[in-house]
Amino acid sequence: MVTLSHYLFLGGILFAISILGIFLNRKNIILILMAIELMLLAVNINFIAFSHYLGDLSGQIFVFFILTVAAAESAIGLAIIILIFRNYKSINVADVNRLKE
Amino acid sequence: MIFTDYLFYLFSSILVLASLRVITANNPVYSALSLVLAFFSAAGIWLLLHAEFLAIALVLVYVGAVMVLFLFVVMMLDINIEALRQRFWSYFPVALLIALLFIFEIYLVVTDKFFSSSDPAGIPLEKSNTHSIGSVLYTDYLLPFQVAAVILLVAIISAIVLTMYGKKSHKAIDPKDQIKVNRNDRVRVVKMKSEKKK
Repeated sequence: MVTLSHYLFLGGILFAISILGIFLNRKNIILILMAIELMLLAVNINFIAFSHYLGDLSGQIFVFFILTVAAAESAIGLAIIILIFRNYKSINVADVNRLKE
Repeated sequence: MIFTDYLFYLFSSILVLASLRVITANNPVYSALSLVLAFFSAAGIWLLLHAEFLAIALVLVYVGAVMVLFLFVVMMLDINIEALRQRFWSYFPVALLIALLFIFEIYLVVTDKFFSSSDPAGIPLEKSNTHSIGSVLYTDYLLPFQVAAVILLVAIISAIVLTMYGKKSHKAIDPKDQIKVNRNDRVRVVKMKSEKKK
């Protein structure tokens, strides 16, 4: 019998995997953005599981708003990545250090 | 074990494997495609939880729009993968430690009796999921809904403004360029001998 804790544990595993992904791909901005998308997905799974098991629709409304904000975030993030690539000819995080000089 | 339990384990194992592939793939294109697979299996899990509208919205918005945008950007940029993969595994031990610690903490919390013994209360099924979300979204959450619309508008405008460059569409003079101009750019004094009358 699959219970609420199964879904919450799945969300936790997914979140931990995306933390691992940010550590491993710390030089690649695009993969960092993808890991952030995975984190939001983990949070959304938690929200929907709670919404189902507690019988409250508010969780699903929250997921709706999170999806909206995540779409906006990834659009702006990708625009910034394109700007970085245009200015530095690379998307390596280590190369983006012009403010330090 | 009923049939939906098997479906849950199937979808969640695909989800975990696909997300592991996202973070370890050599090529960012493979990462984006694995992320598509992860979103699909997450949509399946949401269907098991009776969130049909959000499952379809996840497939349409994420797989249909956001991931295509990711793929566009990944394929458009000329990425030097070798430089990005340098010392890829060097932080792996500490990262794995943090991730395992996180999973362990989550495990301690979610195995509590409150989470494992509760039967699904379920949302009443007399209306469809889309109908009930709409009836809440357009009444109780009307203001947040409009704020979300404004956020999307801001995202559209900022994405356009950030990436727009190149040829100007109008012929007005840019004041910044106008101020920078000095006399020597505009006037050239040529010294030449006057012609003599014969």
